[in-house]
Amino acid sequence: MAVKRLHLMVCAGTGCVSNKSMEVKAALETEIEKHGLAAEVDVIPTGCNGFCGVGPILLVQPDGIFYQQLRPRDIPHLVEEHLLKGRPVQRHLYTPPGEKGTIPLMSDIPFFHAQVLIALRNRGMIDPEKIEDYIAREGYQAAAKALTTMSPQEVLDVVKASGLRGRGGGGFPTGIKWESTKRAPSENGTRWVICNADEGDPGAFMDRSIIEGDPHSVLEGMIIGAYAIGATRGFIYVRQEYPLALKRFMIALNQARESGLLGEDILGTGFSFDIEVHRGAGAFVCGESTALMASLEGNVGEPRAKYIHTVERGLWNMPSCLNNVETWANVPPIILHGAEWFTQLGTGDVSENPWGGSKGTKVFSLAGKINNTGLVEVPMGITLREIVFDIGGGIANGKRLKSVQTGGPSGGCLPEELLDLEVDFDTLTAAGSMMGSGGMLVMDEDDCMVDFARFYIDFLMAESCGKCTPCREGLRNMNMILQRICDGKGQEGDIELLEEISACMIDAALCALGTSAPNPVLSTIKYFREEYEEHIREGKCRAGVCKALITYKVDADKCSGCTLCARACPVNAITGETKKLHVIDPNVCDRCGACYDACTFDAIIRV
Amino acid sequence: MPVEVSEAQVHEIVERWQRSESFVIEMLQDVQHEARHLPRSALEQISREVGVPMTRLYHLATFFKAFSLEPRGEHMVQVCVGSACHVKGAPRLVHACERHLGIKSGETTADGKFSLEPVRCLGCCGLAAVLTIDDELHGHVTSANVERLLKRFQKQEKKAEVT
Amino acid sequence: MARLSVQSLNALRDQLQAERAGREGKCRATVIVHMGTCGISAGARQVMTALLGALEERGIADVAVSSSGCAGMCSREPMATVQRPGEAPVKYADLDEKKIVRVLDEHVIGGSIVKEYALAMGSERAG
Repeated sequence: MAVKRLHLMVCAGTGCVSNKSMEVKAALETEIEKHGLAAEVDVIPTGCNGFCGVGPILLVQPDGIFYQQLRPRDIPHLVEEHLLKGRPVQRHLYTPPGEKGTIPLMSDIPFFHAQVLIALRNRGMIDPEKIEDYIAREGYQAAAKALTTMSPQEVLDVVKASGLRGRGGGGFPTGIKWESTKRAPSENGTRWVICNADEGDPGAFMDRSIIEGDPHSVLEGMIIGAYAIGATRGFIYVRQEYPLALKRFMIALNQARESGLLGEDILGTGFSFDIEVHRGAGAFVCGESTALMASLEGNVGEPRAKYIHTVERGLWNMPSCLNNVETWANVPPIILHGAEWFTQLGTGDVSENPWGGSKGTKVFSLAGKINNTGLVEVPMGITLREIVFDIGGGIANGKRLKSVQTGGPSGGCLPEELLDLEVDFDTLTAAGSMMGSGGMLVMDEDDCMVDFARFYIDFLMAESCGKCTPCREGLRNMNMILQRICDGKGQEGDIELLEEISACMIDAALCALGTSAPNPVLSTIKYFREEYEEHIREGKCRAGVCKALITYKVDADKCSGCTLCARACPVNAITGETKKLHVIDPNVCDRCGACYDACTFDAIIRV
Repeated sequence: MPVEVSEAQVHEIVERWQRSESFVIEMLQDVQHEARHLPRSALEQISREVGVPMTRLYHLATFFKAFSLEPRGEHMVQVCVGSACHVKGAPRLVHACERHLGIKSGETTADGKFSLEPVRCLGCCGLAAVLTIDDELHGHVTSANVERLLKRFQKQEKKAEVT
Repeated sequence: MARLSVQSLNALRDQLQAERAGREGKCRATVIVHMGTCGISAGARQVMTALLGALEERGIADVAVSSSGCAGMCSREPMATVQRPGEAPVKYADLDEKKIVRVLDEHVIGGSIVKEYALAMGSERAG
């Protein structure tokens, strides 16, 4: 056996790859070869580590040293210093925002050590294209345990007792869904399990990360689910915008089949099950269960009314159990360690009623105006404040937090006053937002809440399938009203009209896309009503976002006369000589904001 | 670069997916990939070989964003306009791309080289704002540095054409 | 890969875990071979190779082997430091390919210091 003394875990998640981590990996391999270290040192491409903001990332094991923001040209020095001489290179270690001292060990970095990893248990530790790496970390042990030592009913009972609820947004108890599918009558005994990997919520990328970093964890969850439910075939519906995720699934499926973990007679137990993969063709609504199933059948992805649930008559009218990627990935550890282990984490009490609490962890994608952007897995019940400030490192550029948006287009914007809210499925819903798939977008004082509501309504209007009137027409009209408010043409009564349309959509829309669509509008009206009123009554956008209500100006104290803004301006509205104050002509300026992005002195202001 | 797909190719695609009705969206994706649009002839052939009506294929072709009935450019510039990118200046970024390429969002340049398309979330919110040129993803893009990015790509492209 | 049964899955897992212990950061001891210019010219490279070879022969994966720069006593190179959790680090001097293997067997694995080769107990104070 080949034992290596050092393991270099190079992050090969999409984020790090776009920051050239593969070139860093190639440089490492070249230098290792050059110094004759190939026999002692292993270079392993891993899935996403979640700390995307500081990529490319390299973890050196067993030392536990965490390197960040590496460039290929840093590598010769790093290999010589660390690999040959054993001295970690200070300047590539992590430094917390606003501090000077470095933190060499990954386990000491606040972003990582507050996290509890269940769904992301293998992140950064395995090569996602090697089934051996998954097996070495107890992979397929849960499937083996379920198939050889438990009856399907016992497996189902464990999942029910664990209180696991759907991580895709709805929060429906997984065990109940499995049980309903299992009990639903089927003439020829056919039942399906389906994995929803059509992660469409803007601002959420945990499913992509799980598939890219640990595809076998999803497959193993599906095998266990199929065994419990009595399904013989599974489907994965993955969006075509995620080509790497698709590739990783295909590799994992082939490996699992070759190893006898999928197909006929799995692990020699007599149980047979296989999975096929479909690519979504780009439609947000296909994340909805009935639309997804219609699309799997080769039809247009339009939802249908759910008088009969999909667990009874879903795909091709057969009982179908659909869970999302993160839910499936949670299943193997629950089977391996038991329901009690899982219920130690989280809120509420699920011993009598699976709706009684939120157990386990949730993966959130942190984005927006926050120092540490990336993916974090935290226990249910953690406060927003802990996520944003302890893990996320606070607000970037010394600005003030305005709002935390959770749940994507179906969720809402929560104000600073609610930062101590303990996050779980039910508290977020009660506050007018929702867990959704776990997007968490942090906004600061430069973000306009009216513009942001308009943004989501514009998105939903484009994505509405148009089948039912409340959603199709409601969104179109809400968009029109919001647009006119942002244009400074809002009218008295517009806020009330938005509320009225919202109420109608909540009551009457056909699917969850429509019934949850008013959330961004209602939550911003609830918590930031004064911003709406300012737009309508004073023609003022306090964040300086709404084009029609602002002018760009140069801050005379900050302008250094570097000419960057003048060169960036597409309409030549900026004049000024080198090293002298520049001036923007408001009559020529088309408010494109190019100068604002170009200025490196924060001298362009919006008033 | 051709924007056509031969009868043999379409036939091969249909066979690849076992002539199965449930895989017709996959077939359309493969045709779109080959021809950068869905030519009528290809749709008719799929309709014939798989046995699904043309109305259904047109319904699919106009429902999903991956499909287009007009040829798309040789290179796709996709600007993410998801929520995280929105707050990091994506609207200004789209504007800058439109200016540099001389087209509006959703259009293709006259020489057929570039299509500009805003997309809703590429799932790289940690790197916002992001855009992709073909399959390559670029993070932390702003209206100030996108021009250099596009110019560099266009230059490489010209070089590749000469050699 | 051949089709797995539950038994072969477990056997494969055990073998893979043994190979990958270092990747998990789980180590029973760390051996640092001092590899400054002086150390390398005195034969630190051969010492390192011998150590890695011996570990492989014995099928041991949970000993971390690291390298460092010159330890400051160039005349006594090749040198190595053995550190077992909870114990003071021990520096060995004037090593060669045979001595390092003895250090491995008796100290790293066996737990008793090889006094004849040991230079000092403990490490320099920082600062």
